[in-house]
Amino acid sequence: MADSVDVLGALKLVYTIYTISIMLLIAWFARGVVAPNGKPSVVKPSTFYGYVGVLVTVGVAIHILTFNKIPWVEIDFKRANIKADQTFNITVKDHKFTLPTDKLTIKCKNYVMFDVDSKDLTYGFGLFRQNNSLVLQMQVVPASDNQIMWQFHKNGTYHIVSTEYSGPYGGSEMTLKNAVEVIGCKENDKYAMLEKK
Amino acid sequence: MGFIRTLINGNEGGLKTDGLTPTQKVTLRAVIVGVLYYGLCAIEGMLMRAHAVSPIPLLEENSHYFSVMTVHPIVGIFGSTYLIVFGAFTFLVPHLMNKPLYSVKLANVTWMLIAGGALMSWLGGFIFHYAPLYTLYWPLPVDFKQYDAIGGLVFILGVALIMVGTLGFIYNIFATVFYTEEGHEKRAIKPLIISGLGIDGFLNIWYKMTGREPYSKEPAVSLPVVAIFRGTIDTFLDALVILTCGILILIYIIGDLSGLPMDYTAVNALLYKNFFWWGLDLIADGLVLIYVAGTWYLLAMLITGKKLYMQNIARAALLLELIVSWAVWSHHLLGDQGQPNMMKLISGEMVTAFELVTQGIAVFITLVTLWSARPLKMTMPLKFLLAGILGFMLAVPAGILQADMGLNRVLHNTQWIVGPHVHVAILVGLTMTLYSAIYILWPTLTNDVKIWSNKLANFHFWGQLIGGIGMGAFMGMAGMDGMLRRTLYLNGEYETYMMLAGLCGALLLAAWFAFLFNVIMSIGVRGLIGVFLPSKLKTRDLVPKPQEV
Repeated sequence: MADSVDVLGALKLVYTIYTISIMLLIAWFARGVVAPNGKPSVVKPSTFYGYVGVLVTVGVAIHILTFNKIPWVEIDFKRANIKADQTFNITVKDHKFTLPTDKLTIKCKNYVMFDVDSKDLTYGFGLFRQNNSLVLQMQVVPASDNQIMWQFHKNGTYHIVSTEYSGPYGGSEMTLKNAVEVIGCKENDKYAMLEKK
Repeated sequence: MGFIRTLINGNEGGLKTDGLTPTQKVTLRAVIVGVLYYGLCAIEGMLMRAHAVSPIPLLEENSHYFSVMTVHPIVGIFGSTYLIVFGAFTFLVPHLMNKPLYSVKLANVTWMLIAGGALMSWLGGFIFHYAPLYTLYWPLPVDFKQYDAIGGLVFILGVALIMVGTLGFIYNIFATVFYTEEGHEKRAIKPLIISGLGIDGFLNIWYKMTGREPYSKEPAVSLPVVAIFRGTIDTFLDALVILTCGILILIYIIGDLSGLPMDYTAVNALLYKNFFWWGLDLIADGLVLIYVAGTWYLLAMLITGKKLYMQNIARAALLLELIVSWAVWSHHLLGDQGQPNMMKLISGEMVTAFELVTQGIAVFITLVTLWSARPLKMTMPLKFLLAGILGFMLAVPAGILQADMGLNRVLHNTQWIVGPHVHVAILVGLTMTLYSAIYILWPTLTNDVKIWSNKLANFHFWGQLIGGIGMGAFMGMAGMDGMLRRTLYLNGEYETYMMLAGLCGALLLAAWFAFLFNVIMSIGVRGLIGVFLPSKLKTRDLVPKPQEV
């Protein structure tokens, strides 16, 4: 099952290839448009309409692809109809998270609901690995539903960090180290394992 | 001595400001102040970049650091981009409509209000450390436990001044399109509106499909003016939304200052966020894209001397882009779980994906128009135009990717958003397009002053291009590794990326300095000062008659 490391790794590769291709295309165009032996040429309307068709297809296909390949999209979309195996009610006030217990322990593959309530400002709620890479996040808006459902497939220990700016002393100041632990999986999240002392 | 003389008098005699018309002067004033604000924005950016690598004493206090981050986009978007764009359009619209600007006085008031408003907002951050960031998420801007209400008052009044100035620009542009100049036969409004909105483009396509003669062989409004007309509709709506939010925040500030603090829960934070983003997004996903498309079309026509490829499609696409821009704001709320899924899906993902189509059409039409006139000479306007197109070809797909419910979960609020998307779009796409326009208008606006150094102009080009793309790329890599935007990392977590991004930022700053220096050496300090003195030519003409130069 893909996690954010896999998804972002694929994105890094795809976008890098795209970036290099586009830069080469413009470089080729710049060379060609000033080439002394270059002759004016006309592009057929059918080429133009074909190109527009490709753009529409790509624009729509990206979302269809991610809906099918990124596991959390479907869970997020259908979360109202999925029964949570574990629910954690978390509150935020005065730039501080308050958890129901000191550490949130999650069983592997359980549907977990993080229900976060802000008592004052707009915050963010994010889980981060030990190497600071992002697992999931949502906005925490006061007087609004801030629930995110997730399924973990790897063991690991994660930090809770506010992913939204809430004043000069929000953000990285709002971090709960090693506040979430996932247990019972066959596989470890290698970037989320605590170093053995 | 030769250097000092050139610095004071300009290249080969520099800018003779006595020969500039009031319209030329007002355009140059807005553009010059806009370029100076760009420099302030770049310096702010470098200060933050330096602080991200190694903490600097000036930004030691978090409140100061984030107040710089708050004013950075205000200075960049309004102080710089708005002034340069509005200045250029103040000249271009009457030029393309072949009639004088409706009011030079109003144009002067406009740039002064925007410049003054940007300065005032900047002071709100610099003096009072007011730091709710430009997104102003409710109730942060009225959280007076964290901020001084006076700072809020100064900042918000500054933004209000900018918006009033913006309304002045809008009035002047629409009035210029519609008014009938003295001694001219009365202009009919209906064809101007139909053409301004691009409906004639649709009708021409429809008439062609049904085997009829074109609805309009010679449109009443030229294509670049259509883009300016359309973009200005978004500019108007955006100004109304920002003004409304400003008034709301002002009410709370006045309540606090008068000892009658009000309950901020009276405003629904999610509803406010929707409203605010709807308006704010009309800048990024509305007027910027539309103005840029129009500018590309104009540049392509001026560089090639040819008509635009697929004119009717271009006109129709601009109208489509306007409508799309009204319905895409939900992509900013994909991480908000209270936002209905259907809005995320339709507005946030699907309609947003149409920006790939509308911007892709603009890219294609511009490139094909250029290709149809081969061989061209690699002039500064062409060079910068191609770089501007490259910038948007990189930044728009980055935006489409982050406007995906799956990817947004791990990209939202990371450096990816502000790197490959925002900064590449602004620094490479938008700014290099604007430089292209500045270079192409330069001879007309300065009565043919010669650029002092082509080498410096080339350094400016490569510095802006490599610096912009490089900075965006390293920020994007940091973002994919989990680095949040709007968060200070002072323990060296992303140090390598930040150092590389910092080097690219330094290159950008050097490029700006090279451009500014080149401009001053070309027009001379005397010319620079003279631009801000009243015009000696009492004329409504856009450019002086030959004997007046």
